Amino acid sequence: MVMPLRSTLKELFRDYRFLCAFIVLCFLAALAVLSFFSPYDPTVWYYAPRDLRPSAQHILGTCSRGQDIFWQATFSIRNSLVISVVAGLISRIIAVVVGLVAGYQGGKADRLLMFISDGFLVIPLFLIIVMLAMLIRDKMNIFTTGLLLAVFGWAWDARVIRSQVLSLREREFTKTAILSGTRTLELVFKEYMPYITPLAFSTLINNMSWAIGMEMTLSIVGLTNMDIPTLGTTLKWALNYQAILMRRWNWLLTPVLLSVLLFIALYWLSVSISEYLDPRTRVQRVGGE
Amino acid sequence: MFIRNYLIPRLLQYFLVIFLGITIVFFIPRMAPTNPVERTIAEIRSRGTYLDPAYVQQMVDALTEMYGLSGSWLQQYKDFWVRLSTGDFGVSFFQFPTPVMTLIKRALPWTVGLLFTTTVFSWLFGNIVGGIAGYAHNRRWSKLLDGIMMFIRPIPYYVFALGLLILFGYVYRKFPIAGGASIGRTPSFTLSYILDVLRHAFLPATSLAVLGAASWFQTSKLIVQNVNAEDFVQYAQLGGVKESRIIFRYIIRNAMLPQITNLALSLGQILSGALITEIVFSYPGLGNLLYSAISTGDYNLIMGIISLSIVAITTLVLIVDLVYPLFDPRIRYK
Repeated sequence: MVMPLRSTLKELFRDYRFLCAFIVLCFLAALAVLSFFSPYDPTVWYYAPRDLRPSAQHILGTCSRGQDIFWQATFSIRNSLVISVVAGLISRIIAVVVGLVAGYQGGKADRLLMFISDGFLVIPLFLIIVMLAMLIRDKMNIFTTGLLLAVFGWAWDARVIRSQVLSLREREFTKTAILSGTRTLELVFKEYMPYITPLAFSTLINNMSWAIGMEMTLSIVGLTNMDIPTLGTTLKWALNYQAILMRRWNWLLTPVLLSVLLFIALYWLSVSISEYLDPRTRVQRVGGE
Repeated sequence: MFIRNYLIPRLLQYFLVIFLGITIVFFIPRMAPTNPVERTIAEIRSRGTYLDPAYVQQMVDALTEMYGLSGSWLQQYKDFWVRLSTGDFGVSFFQFPTPVMTLIKRALPWTVGLLFTTTVFSWLFGNIVGGIAGYAHNRRWSKLLDGIMMFIRPIPYYVFALGLLILFGYVYRKFPIAGGASIGRTPSFTLSYILDVLRHAFLPATSLAVLGAASWFQTSKLIVQNVNAEDFVQYAQLGGVKESRIIFRYIIRNAMLPQITNLALSLGQILSGALITEIVFSYPGLGNLLYSAISTGDYNLIMGIISLSIVAITTLVLIVDLVYPLFDPRIRYK
């Protein structure tokens, strides 16, 4: 499973899903980077005439708040990506630590940690997140939103990592390492990390997708800071101004289509990577086609 | 053996999860930097109403009592459990003197109806079709179906529901865009009323069922593809057992077992999805109630909905877990 990077990438790019996803994500990332060159400040209203149709000056037209839809979209992609990366990275750290401790230590620590993560899986998390978001409503920004989602996004992935560690612990090389006097931390970082890192990465992608969707939902129920353009708040503004009834599709569909592209690209990337990592489906893919 | 090794630990876990969940629900609002009582009064003031100082003190007392905020934390915590066990969540602020429980009772049938039908349908449909597609994974239709699912599966509940709403509520005006039944109709057991309810439920139900079925389809297909490679399947094929019998009796039955566990694990998410979908379609269930509660800052109502959901979902998961051995003979005799 531990493979050199170049041949890994080469094989991944042979999968059309990985290729498509990669291209779409590059496109979206380019949009996000473009926001740094925006001629407009995203928090200012009415710098342009309202409700313009797409034209050369405003490629996607303007919205009822007098903002350029295209440039607003670049900011919203950037902020949504930042939220998802913050949420994803922090929850990966929690998931890896919990998975390692539970899997390696076993016993009471394992039972306690798995009880907590089971609880997280069973309870309708959306409701708890809503409650917490109401508490810090006035302090919601992209980092607090990311942090809030990170606290709740690790349970399933900790289980996945734990089961990987459980199987690693039973392998021959663990015994050899322990008997030859390798310290636990060294064993974990040197020997286990190469197996856990790909898992953490493929779960990271799923988790980012979840975080982006959750942010959109929180924005729709009105629990995020509406002054920060994200995919969620952009959509919420459009809905607030009755963009559906007024048929302002250029405004409404921009965040919807961008988010759909993002969700599909992230999903394809993760499917492609996890199929690559899972030897069972891999054998089938090679053998079946 | 079953009771000591399985049932008792499982029941303990059940009560512990409920206990911790409800405790979290109790403590979250109390960690707030702003006192909900002060917040409510500030909100009334911000609407421009003049409040007499003497009257304000009375209001503070009354609100403190109603929010269950009088006495020490321990006392409040005890009261909370007592009230919870009698189903008394206090009164709602969003529809003032109405008790929270009345509002929830009014909304509950809509949510339960929507949730139950779509979950059962999508689970059965997704598993059976996914199972057949997994068995015939080299056929063209199976690949096509899999390709479609690759586009549907990653879409979150909110975006998918909004897409359906725009498409069938506004572009092709085929279905009503809001509500559970036409306005002004009194509920009755007549055919026209039932048809009206079904027509209103169609879009939210489709939204939930399609997303649910897509996810069950994919997992089931994957499981079946792995079962396919097992010796007993090849043995049955070589032995000339009829194909439909292999698919339904041997393969899908095997594949459905882990899916029962998966159903138990995803019930919480399914509920969240249903609540979100209800918000999109202004469906008169718990989701919409939650939405109004959030926008009016109605803590009692939110706590009522969340507590009830936690108890309901954990109980459902427990039931699914306990019923599971009935389907799996390997576990039954352990």
